[in-house]
Amino acid sequence: MIPELGQLALILALCLALMLALVPLWGAFRGNLFWMRFATPLATGQFFFVALAFGFLTYAFMTNDFTVAYVATNSNSHLPWYYKFSAVWGGHEGSLLLWLFILCLWTVAVAWRSLHLPAELRSRVLSVMGMISTGFLLFVLLTSSPFTRLFFNAPDDGQDLNPLLQDFGLIVHPPMLYMGYVGFSVAFAFAIAALLGGRLDAAWARWARPWTNAAWAFLSIGIVLGSWWAYYELGWGGWWFWDPVENASFMPWLAGTALIHSMAVTEKRGEFKSWTVLLAICAFSLSLLGTFLVRSGVLTSVHAFASDPTRGFFVLMLLAVTVGGSLLLFALRAVDLKSESTFNLLSKETWLLINNLILLVAMVVVLLGTLYPLVVDALQLGKLSVGPPYFNMLFVPLMGLLALALGSGLMLRWKRHAQDQWLKSLALPALAVLIFAIVTIIWGGEHRWGIVLGVVMAGWIAVSTLVDVSHRIRFSQQGWRQPRSYWGMHVAHLGFCASILGVTWVSLHAFEQDIRVEPGHVEHIDGYDISYLGATSLQGPNYTAEQGHFVVSKQGKTITELFPQKRNYSVQRSMMTEAAIDPGLMQDIYIAMGERLDGGAWAVRIHIKPMVRWIWLGGLLMAFGGALAATDLRYRRLRHRQPQVSVGLETAPVTEVSHA
Amino acid sequence: MRKALFFLPLIVAFGLGVLFWQSLGKDPSTLPSALINKPLPDFSLPTVEKSSELISAARLKGQPVLLNVWATWCPSCHMEHPYFMQLAKQGVPIIGINYKDDRASAMKWLAELGNPYLFSIFDEKGSLGFDLGVYGAPETYLIDKDGIIRYKHVGVVDERVWREQIQPIYERLKS
Repeated sequence: MIPELGQLALILALCLALMLALVPLWGAFRGNLFWMRFATPLATGQFFFVALAFGFLTYAFMTNDFTVAYVATNSNSHLPWYYKFSAVWGGHEGSLLLWLFILCLWTVAVAWRSLHLPAELRSRVLSVMGMISTGFLLFVLLTSSPFTRLFFNAPDDGQDLNPLLQDFGLIVHPPMLYMGYVGFSVAFAFAIAALLGGRLDAAWARWARPWTNAAWAFLSIGIVLGSWWAYYELGWGGWWFWDPVENASFMPWLAGTALIHSMAVTEKRGEFKSWTVLLAICAFSLSLLGTFLVRSGVLTSVHAFASDPTRGFFVLMLLAVTVGGSLLLFALRAVDLKSESTFNLLSKETWLLINNLILLVAMVVVLLGTLYPLVVDALQLGKLSVGPPYFNMLFVPLMGLLALALGSGLMLRWKRHAQDQWLKSLALPALAVLIFAIVTIIWGGEHRWGIVLGVVMAGWIAVSTLVDVSHRIRFSQQGWRQPRSYWGMHVAHLGFCASILGVTWVSLHAFEQDIRVEPGHVEHIDGYDISYLGATSLQGPNYTAEQGHFVVSKQGKTITELFPQKRNYSVQRSMMTEAAIDPGLMQDIYIAMGERLDGGAWAVRIHIKPMVRWIWLGGLLMAFGGALAATDLRYRRLRHRQPQVSVGLETAPVTEVSHA
Repeated sequence: MRKALFFLPLIVAFGLGVLFWQSLGKDPSTLPSALINKPLPDFSLPTVEKSSELISAARLKGQPVLLNVWATWCPSCHMEHPYFMQLAKQGVPIIGINYKDDRASAMKWLAELGNPYLFSIFDEKGSLGFDLGVYGAPETYLIDKDGIIRYKHVGVVDERVWREQIQPIYERLKS
């Protein structure tokens, strides 16, 4: 009964979504406040029913209802309850439902937090979000319903969740990632609403900015979690593989990073308007593209969960309608978005434009690398794939340029900046970087040039940031009490520095060794004595495991004991390596069990990973910076001030009706 | 002119759309290779182990073998490698194609992770991969004793794939 109710809830949600897509939009078109007022109740109702469907599916998992096909393929009665919960989004159907749930969550959040906006803009925004959810509800209901029943031969027990996904990282990674992906739909909806209304001003940017920053922060956390998960769960110590699915999340992030910078210009200076709109469309389109690539199976990947051409076809149609429609609208309407001011060559605007160009080129590099196999195939040149060498070769120089531009553009003023003043403020960072470089060249040891590059990039940004902060505190009236968005920006930039340092060290100074161990064996690696005491058998809830026991010591002092496992998941019949990690800010000690060898011996891989945590720490700092900026007080003050203005607009005659 | 510029994103998106449309039907993991039931394309390549000796397709004849396309840059190959070690221990003959890789990293990989292959063909330029229609690593082919391709699997080979898809054909070819 419950699964049928879930299906029913989705159908009701579809009806409401359809109305949300049409009624407020019609109201905005006719200037009719009555129709526009339907937006909030419709968004709330839609959220209620999708949340209900999500709850019913969760209930089916918790109660081991294996008559539901999706539960039977993704769960098992022996699965611990928290993995049963995360198994809700462990497969194709459920992860789409999660996508939808999060979309409705954003929609309802926008509906309730945007009461101060002009009614027409607000109606258009919510209608556009209603259109997106209509498309995805149709997708779920027509091709991938999670509530399909197995009436005749329902199994006694489920096929279990893919062991790779039975992990804490996978409980939190997809929701965070989708919060980011889907969060860009808000920026997208604002962009479309601006194009429909033909008006895009500083106020528009102020409304859209906090949403975009929040989505970007979530996406950053999602990517960090994904990388961290791959690091400890896949068992060979890598943290980024340029895998199509990773790229699918990275491309919207790059476009989104460009977007939040471009939006700053639009808010502060009323420039880059059509560019901001294009980036908003681009960021959300890339999120949809990510969904398409992962769900259609056109690219092979470690993550290829579901591949079904019908579903691929449907997502492609969704993509075509959304992207095609919005870009057509862009082509017809964006010409009218005029800049409100001008700027000199040496100004913050120019540097942000450079930043945008570099980020976009980086995005295109990733896009080409990901799609290259498809292109080559479509041109009938055979089938090929590009590996990490391509990405690394192009990405490292691009990030170098980005760091250079970031460090030199930080202290620039809007509109124009005096050249001698600029050069003076760059003197200290340049001097500091020179000293860093000399020190690393002398003490760097092996791979010193790579390290010099990393240190110079990070140092350049960090010292410039310090210069800017001290300057600002001394010369502005607020002193230390700068707005949150200012601190957010610097925190995010320092996060970028931390990631650069982490990537540099772990790429150049990681140490790994494969050894054969027997009980009593002691291995000396990188100053550590790692002794193997033996292996014991364990029984987990849905697996059996061999667990090794290692003691890591340095100069006779025990540092830690590590217990890596080799697990055999009985239902899925697959072997999993559970690496044991001694995490540290400066380095990780990472042990993974390999093969069982003859005579009670094991092949074991030991990694020493210096500063690997900095990569994720940097990502989290970026996300924290984004969150700080999104919660800047000026957006809240605005909310109290705005109603008078919006009342004025509601009653004003609608001028942009003439679509001809 | 300025107006035309605003159509550029639409045109680019349209091009990409056509590309996706074309590739949709060609789902790499379900569409069988055009080479199924055809002889292995001929080649003349060195092995990872020995650069001096060139081997050809004839070397693969005589018994049914698995032909596994792998590379050190390929994360999924890491995943399936332990299972190939296990298969090799069970006596299944496996020949590797080291695809678009460099010799030093390939040798290091085999030394560190173990070598399940009788030998690995060193396909540095990807020419054999091209002839085989390799989509990306890893891919695994089943070749019968006369050198005819009987099965192709795209993606990781694990116990499930082996038991359910490859082993039945392998056992039939062996008898």
